[in-house]
Formats: sequence, C-alpha cells, structure tokens
Amino acid sequence: MPLQVELVSPERLLYEGESTEVLARTVEGEIGFLPGHIPFVGILLPGVVQVYTGDGIQKIAVHSGFIELANDHLTLLSDVAELAGDIDVDRARAALERAEQSLAADADDADAQAAKARAEARLSASGTAD
Amino acid sequence: MAGAKERVLRRRIASVNSTKKITRAMELIAATRVVKAMQRANEARPYATQITTVIENLAAGGAAANHPLLRQPEQVNRVGIIAIAGDRGLAGPYNAGVIRAAEKQLDGARIDGADYALILCGKKTNDYFRFRGFDIAESYEGMSDSPTYEDARTVANRVMEMFTAGDVDRVELIYTEFVSMGTQRVTVRRFLPLESTESMATGGSVDDGGALAEFEFEPSPDGVLQSLLPRYVEARLYGAMLDAAASEHANRQRAMKAATDNAEELKLKLTREMNSVRQEAITTEIMEIVGGAEALADDRGSSSDLLLDHLVPAHLFPDHPDQRDPHFRKHHV
Repeated sequence: MPLQVELVSPERLLYEGESTEVLARTVEGEIGFLPGHIPFVGILLPGVVQVYTGDGIQKIAVHSGFIELANDHLTLLSDVAELAGDIDVDRARAALERAEQSLAADADDADAQAAKARAEARLSASGTAD
Repeated sequence: MAGAKERVLRRRIASVNSTKKITRAMELIAATRVVKAMQRANEARPYATQITTVIENLAAGGAAANHPLLRQPEQVNRVGIIAIAGDRGLAGPYNAGVIRAAEKQLDGARIDGADYALILCGKKTNDYFRFRGFDIAESYEGMSDSPTYEDARTVANRVMEMFTAGDVDRVELIYTEFVSMGTQRVTVRRFLPLESTESMATGGSVDDGGALAEFEFEPSPDGVLQSLLPRYVEARLYGAMLDAAASEHANRQRAMKAATDNAEELKLKLTREMNSVRQEAITTEIMEIVGGAEALADDRGSSSDLLLDHLVPAHLFPDHPDQRDPHFRKHHV
C-alpha cells in the first residue's frame, strides 16, 4: 500500500498524491519514509522534500513546517511551500544573490541566512541549483 | 402650474431609483464575495484539522505543557480583547454585534477589577472605540474583506508577544461565526492561554498508551510542541478571520437585499402618489377650461350657444351628425 501524501498550507491544500517513498530533512537530519513507517512527527528544515510517485519525483521546496506520518498517511504542514513547477527560478536566483551580499557584509545576519536557505531550497527543488 | 408637487415627487422617485440601483449592485457584489470567502474557508480547513491532529498526537506522546502560551495566570490583571469586524458599514447588524460583544467583555473585565487591552481588526470597531475614548492597544485595517495568512500572522504574533511578555494574562477573541448562509453568530472564544491543548496534554498522559503513543518525535515531543503552538495560534486566528469575512459579506448581502426591496416598495408608493396628484391636476385643469367656456357662453347671453357650436361650426362641417340631425339637437336644447 503506497503512502498517501498531502501538502497543506494554511490557505489551501497544495498537493495530494500517492507515493512509494518520501525523503525529507528534519532538524535531526535526512529521513526517508517508506510505507509501513512507524508514526512520526518532526520539524522540517528549509529544504527540498522529494516525493517519489509512479511517474517520477515531485520535488517540493519547504521553508518551515512540520511533517506528520500516521497509518501510511503523510502530511506536510508548511506556512511557505512551493511545488517544483511553481517556482520562479529568476526570482529565487535574485533572492539568493541579495542574501549572499548581505551575508558578505554581516555574516551573522539571521534574516539573510534564512533567506539564503530559502532561496537554495527553491533552486534545488526546481532542479536548477549549480 | 402643472404640479409643483408632481415635480417634487418625480424627483424623489428618480433618486430612490438610483439608490436602488446602487444597493442592488452592492448586493450582487456581496453575493459573489460570500461564495469566494466560503471557498477560502473550506480550503483552509485541512491545515487547521491537521495541526489539531498533530497537537493531539503530541499530547498523547506526553509533551509537557510548559510552553509560555500555556501559562495559566494565577491572577488576571489585564484582559486582551481581539475584536474582528469589518472596515466598511452597510452590512446590517454585523459590526454592531461584534462591538456589543466586545463592550460586554470590557465590562466583564472591569467588574473583575482587571484592565483591558483592545486589539481591533476593522475600521468600524476602531472608529467606535476611539470616538468613545477607549484605550486601544493595537488596531489593524484593510484585512477584513479577504484576509490572508500573513494578516493573521501579523496580528497573532503581536498578541502572542503581549501574552508572553505578561502584558495581558488572558485574551478573548470576538468574531462572527459563519454557521450557514442564513445564520451568522457573534462568538466569544478564549484565545490565550490555550486551554484545549492543556486539557489534551493532561488527557494524553492518562491515555491507555495505544497506537498513538508509539509516535516518534524529532527532535522531541516538547521541541515539536514549542514550534507548533505558535503556528496553531496563527491558524486559529486565520480561521476566525476567514469566518468573519464570510459573515461580513453574507450580512452585507442580506442588508442590501432588504434595502433594494424597500426602495422598490417606496418607488411604487411614490409613483401611485404622483399619479393621483397628476390626475388631480388634470381634473382641475379641465374644470377650469369648462368653467371658462361656460363663462364665455354666459357673456354672449345666448343659452343655445354651446361649446360644440364653436368647435364644430356648421359652415366647416356640413356633414357632422349634429348638423344633419337638427332634431337631435332640438331634442336636447
């Protein structure tokens, strides 16, 4: 029985589908889910969640949120999440450059660090990261 | 002469008619908006239910309830009151209902000897309380029509800040719940401290340790709870705002429908009045003409000199029945 995957943002359901395997990054590290995984709740780090579907991989850029798995039902709760197809690559690139510039000026700038992580997640999800 | 009164009525009918057109347009706009708002509320539901499920799981997993948002104050010195209403009027009792409920909460706080902090969403509530000299802690505008999650986050973060800083010890949320198209209810909810989670968490520890207790948490139940609770608070406020928006549009639609119907009725009444006034004027005019003609006839001194003789003189209408049948006239004269 495949995993039922749902990506939910506060405003609406972004994605719904079946998957054989899901890879995500939580605060403890990378984690993969196969059908039959024990119930799990974790905090997501900005990064890419890869959902293996029958036809290929659906990549999702998440910037913060939670992952919950129970009874082969996997839910990604995220304030800000984008499907690979919806990502504006040029904007993400511009954001990355801006973040790097402000980091060059002040390496401890938390906002810029977060912005950089977000932009990198977007680019890597869209498959255009260097 | 033809009726100064009639002219005035005609003008009033025109003005009622244009008012009717405006209210009708507003009604139609509100009708489409209410559908959209309901759709948005439905779309937001999965997140709200999921986040609640996660919290339940956490509670079952034994997450300790020591988050600042769960702090149960021993004594309430200051009550925060969040009132969500509209930026615009013309929505029937919508704004007034929220304002009344907020005032009730204010009175309640005063009776308990506590101070209050007003957090107002919507221009109308803000105007009302400012005009009456209340102390307004925060006010937000421009988010009542179609609130975004960002709006909810802005307000929720400010409120959480006030609560964790000890500025307020309890927060009540007042908004209009969208029950159905026909029913909207002003609702008061305890917003902070979170009561449900606390009861859930304690309920979870007594849980029989079934399937739910097997949850694995990363980093830990407490860690997840720490970052989850603020999201939960935001989601609750967002849900309330969406409900309020749908209620506002539904109320406006109803109010504007009533206004349109009233305008239609008024128009009918005024039209009838105008017609009778006009008829009166015409009758008066005819009476004057007839009276004038008869006076002329009297002047000539001939009783047989009828109005008809002037209108249909024999030399112009030789074939007129009056002329052909002298008996007819004689009979009458």
